[in-house]
Amino acid sequence: MTATPGANPTIVLVGHGMVGQRFLEALAERSLTATHRVVVLCEEPRPAYDRVQLTSYFSGKTPEDLSMTDMAFIEDHGIELRVGDPAVTIDREARKVTAKSGEVFDYDVLVLATGSYPFVPPVPNKDAEGCFVYRTIEDLLAIEEYAKTKATTGAVVGGGLLGLEAAGALKGLGVDAHIVEFAPRLMPVQVDEGGGAALLRTIEDMGLSVHTGVGTQEIVVGEDGAVTGMKLSDGSELATDMVVFSAGVRPRDQLARDCGLTVGERGGITVDEQCRTVSDPHVFAIGECALAADGRVYGLVAPGYEQAETAAATIAADEAAFTGADLSTKLKLLGVDVASFGDAHGTAEDCLDVVYSDSRAGLYKKLVIGRDGTLLGGILVGDAEAYGTLKAFTGSVPPVSPESLVLPAGAGAPAQLGPTALPDEAIICSCNNVTKGTIRGAVTEHQCTTVPEVKKCTKAGTTCGSCVKVLGQLVNAELEASGVEVDKGLCGCFAQTREELYEIVLALRINTYQELLDRHGREGARGGDGCEICKPAVGSIIASLAPTIGASGYVLDGEQAALQDTNDHFLANLQKNGSYSVVPRIPGGEIAPEKLIVIGEIARDFGLYTKITGGQRIDMFGARVEQLPLIWARLVDAGFESGHAYGKALRTVKSCVGQTWCRYGVQDSVRMAIDLELRYRGLRSPHKLKSAVSGCQRECAEAQSKDFGVIATANGWNLYVGGNGGATPRHADLLAQDLSDAELVRLIDRFLMFYIRTADRLERTSTWLERIPGGLDHVRDVVVHDSLGICDELEKLMADHVAHYRDEWSETINDPEKLARFVSFVNAPDTPDPVVAFVPERDQMKPDLPLLSIGMRPADVLEGSAQR
Amino acid sequence: MTLAPETTDLKVQLALDGDWFTVCDLSTLLPGRGVAALLPDGRQAAIFRDRSGELFAIDNRDPFTGAAVLSRGLTGTHQGRPFVASPLLKQRFDLASGQCLDDETVQVAVYKVRTA
Ligand code: SRM
Ligand SMILES: Cc1cc2nc3c(=O)[nH]c(=O)nc-3n(C[C@H](O)[C@H](O)[C@H](O)COP(=O)(O)OP(=O)(O)OC[C@H]3O[C@@H](n4cnc5c(N)ncnc54)[C@H](O)[C@@H]3O)c2cc1C
Ligand code: SF4
Ligand code: FES
Repeated sequence: MTATPGANPTIVLVGHGMVGQRFLEALAERSLTATHRVVVLCEEPRPAYDRVQLTSYFSGKTPEDLSMTDMAFIEDHGIELRVGDPAVTIDREARKVTAKSGEVFDYDVLVLATGSYPFVPPVPNKDAEGCFVYRTIEDLLAIEEYAKTKATTGAVVGGGLLGLEAAGALKGLGVDAHIVEFAPRLMPVQVDEGGGAALLRTIEDMGLSVHTGVGTQEIVVGEDGAVTGMKLSDGSELATDMVVFSAGVRPRDQLARDCGLTVGERGGITVDEQCRTVSDPHVFAIGECALAADGRVYGLVAPGYEQAETAAATIAADEAAFTGADLSTKLKLLGVDVASFGDAHGTAEDCLDVVYSDSRAGLYKKLVIGRDGTLLGGILVGDAEAYGTLKAFTGSVPPVSPESLVLPAGAGAPAQLGPTALPDEAIICSCNNVTKGTIRGAVTEHQCTTVPEVKKCTKAGTTCGSCVKVLGQLVNAELEASGVEVDKGLCGCFAQTREELYEIVLALRINTYQELLDRHGREGARGGDGCEICKPAVGSIIASLAPTIGASGYVLDGEQAALQDTNDHFLANLQKNGSYSVVPRIPGGEIAPEKLIVIGEIARDFGLYTKITGGQRIDMFGARVEQLPLIWARLVDAGFESGHAYGKALRTVKSCVGQTWCRYGVQDSVRMAIDLELRYRGLRSPHKLKSAVSGCQRECAEAQSKDFGVIATANGWNLYVGGNGGATPRHADLLAQDLSDAELVRLIDRFLMFYIRTADRLERTSTWLERIPGGLDHVRDVVVHDSLGICDELEKLMADHVAHYRDEWSETINDPEKLARFVSFVNAPDTPDPVVAFVPERDQMKPDLPLLSIGMRPADVLEGSAQR
Repeated sequence: MTLAPETTDLKVQLALDGDWFTVCDLSTLLPGRGVAALLPDGRQAAIFRDRSGELFAIDNRDPFTGAAVLSRGLTGTHQGRPFVASPLLKQRFDLASGQCLDDETVQVAVYKVRTA
């Protein structure tokens, strides 16, 4: 059957990948969707998603998070999207495409965006059970399933960009991962020998095994036909339970070949500068399946996007041409900084290298400079901080000497290369081809004042994200330059910073939010209701200073209740379906069997899901609002108290087993961890606070990744500060050595109070330490040498906190007025919220998500920004 | 001797199909905080009282996540208009119109509310 063509000419798009989706957006922007019927044949079982971020699936992104397709966009533009229905034949004579479903579509314009397929070398048993490729969400789901159920060792064939990502993912799945690379170094396309050596070191330090200079000859299978190993070209055999092929990609041009379109010698549909196939003016090819006019097939998304724009413009009869693109890349693998940009291998005539290399530290930086001083390209391994700026300078003569661009901080004066020094043509976001000029325009002409606004307006920073940092610097610099005073105020209600508000509250002993807002808020905000940013921030300041300024230390008292984020307001953590999790404090991670049993009983009686947390305690999930007080009552009765998992407050002080049991321990780390946790429990701060104590330098408690970490020495304790796990990990800095118990506690008291006083809202100690002028040296001067003469006050403030600590759960269950707030419905307090329902999973239960999805829409997590 | 508490506390009522549906006593509403109410047809409303005493009611379901949690968000004033920020992903909703301030294509239902 032939679908009836409407009066409008028809555009058929084959392939709904990243480039296909961008093409649709480009059509819509040019209003071509209004004048054309648009049909999309999509082979995969889901519409376009972010393949570049594929690996982030393993760090918690769901397939829904990765989606790039807003169904409202598709519907609003009348696009006929046929998911799971690939094109099977093209009849160019009759201008018809037949889909797998049998349906036939007439076209006036056909656009092929079929992408690539992973190349699998023709080795024996390459299709055995346990062999995978790494290209689609379905591939990842299959890899995950296999790794979890059948594999302890895995080998990745190919040590390029994708191979390393795949190996990192395997490791993340708990599989012992090997990388087999035929070339003599990793990432042979992007990095040179020196860079390869530094990269090797970093990758091996991450616990991955690397075999370079060897090829895969055969996949070895067991009797059941599943993979058991791999024969290598040097005669050795590698035992492995699974194999992931990542040996490059090939353009998917079979459909084009079958209908007689010209393809390149090494594949790729041959197109001209307008992305039109050289064989047929009605057919275009874009993205990874196209062989561009410059003779290359591009395996990156940025050139594909440019091709999509070019094809759409050509269809709209606008002038556009794709003549070639940049191949800069930055590896997204967690924990490895590798970037290459421009002419990284120095192929230009007469070019020179500037190299800094420290293989001990896994550092390698090379810049390729032209005769006239133009920066042509470079390679960064181990520290790619400067990538964004350097990439943007490529093609111009940087305003400072090349050495200063590669020397590490501390070795000679590092260049302060602000983005202001960049020329307007410099490309800041290479994924979306956005220049500095365009970003400046967004600020000066389109009145964007924040990074999210600029992202929305220019698309910069919306793909791989590696340019967002420079983007932020640029937006601020531009605002400042264009005379818009960059508002450093906390939010639309207060022109002061958090630090300034802290000083005002402390000096004037202001103990209510309303008083602060009405007396010190911005003109227009006085008398109002404030906003979701300043309320919790001021609530936190009042809570940390409560005893000193004469406020109640109980966060649900009076006006304070209205300031708390929902987590603090319900003294529990809100989950995605509206239920809560409950985390009792288990100081230092030490817990007696009797207490373990109590937790088990409570979880069983209330039907809660239990899980050991990363913070050495137990989380119970799925409690409904009205159950919270009943659960706390049982816990308090058994001697538990709130673990403040919900608050911007002290979380856990983790410990290792230490001297008591461990043959290496030199101090009692458990006792110290318990002491510290009990001392600082309930302390409200600008962001959460974490700590750990290790019994010796082996560091089993990971103290150096904590806001304040303690490591035992033969003579006492070493104190480290400013460590962070999370999204931007940072190793803590040593603040002081060989401290006695009392010295340690005194120093931590001062350090924490100084941080609480001067940090910004939601600023962890790590970012605070890097931001404040003078950094670690300044902090050491203040808290160790008392250079500001405030240490007495800092200690006094902490002593007040410690003396006035009360458990929030027991306060609440003993206060009928507060208890009345813990109901599902004000008019039906005992009727459970029907949206909170659960389904079984692995012997426990999980939220019933389909129940929630009615009326749900894709959304970003916002970090509220009232009035700004 | 203590006096019996005022029994004539004002009631909060929502307009439903032309009728006024009583939800709770005015005194249970804490300024700057919301409560959830179950409506006869199974829907849920989030009711708020601002600092000046004015009342607002919107649908309790957060359209971005599907969870019934808007009553548990933080409230504030944005350019003179009252709003609540969803406690889950932080989108803000105008309390008077139900309009989402962070996505012009999204809106939640609003209910007329009075005290009687
Ligand atoms: C439960 C737990 C995961 C687990 O199952 O193990 C967890 C769960 C959450 N973490 Fe975490 N984190 C947990 C340990 C960690 C750790 C490991 C640790 O503490 O040793 C880290 C890395 C260490 C660090 O923070 O430096 C960690 C780094 C984060 C971050 C990133 C912080 C950063 O500075 O980048 C966030 C986001 C944030 O706070 O802004 C976060 C936020 C969250 C939130 C609160 C997200 C949210 O708002 O819903 C999760 C809510 C938990 C809940 O509902 O109960 N969680 N989180 C762990 C609770 C530990 C505990 O007993 O209290
Ligand atoms: C793990 C991974 C990491 C990556 N990281 C980066 C990175 O950091 N930076 C970067 O620039 N690039 C990266 N890439 C490459 C990037 O994803 C691709 O360049 C980009 O997806 C190409 O887009 P495309 O639309 O041309 O092809 P694809 O996204 O592959 O889309 C093609 C689509 O067409 C479909 N299709 C094929 N044949 C048919 C048919 N006959 N009918 C219907 N549909 C069909 C396919 O199923 C597919 O869905 C990465 C790729 C992977 C796999
Ligand atoms: S850190 Fe040292 S003392 Fe503690 S458990 Fe590890 S090896 Fe033992
Ligand atoms: S460079 Fe990838 S999003 Fe900007």
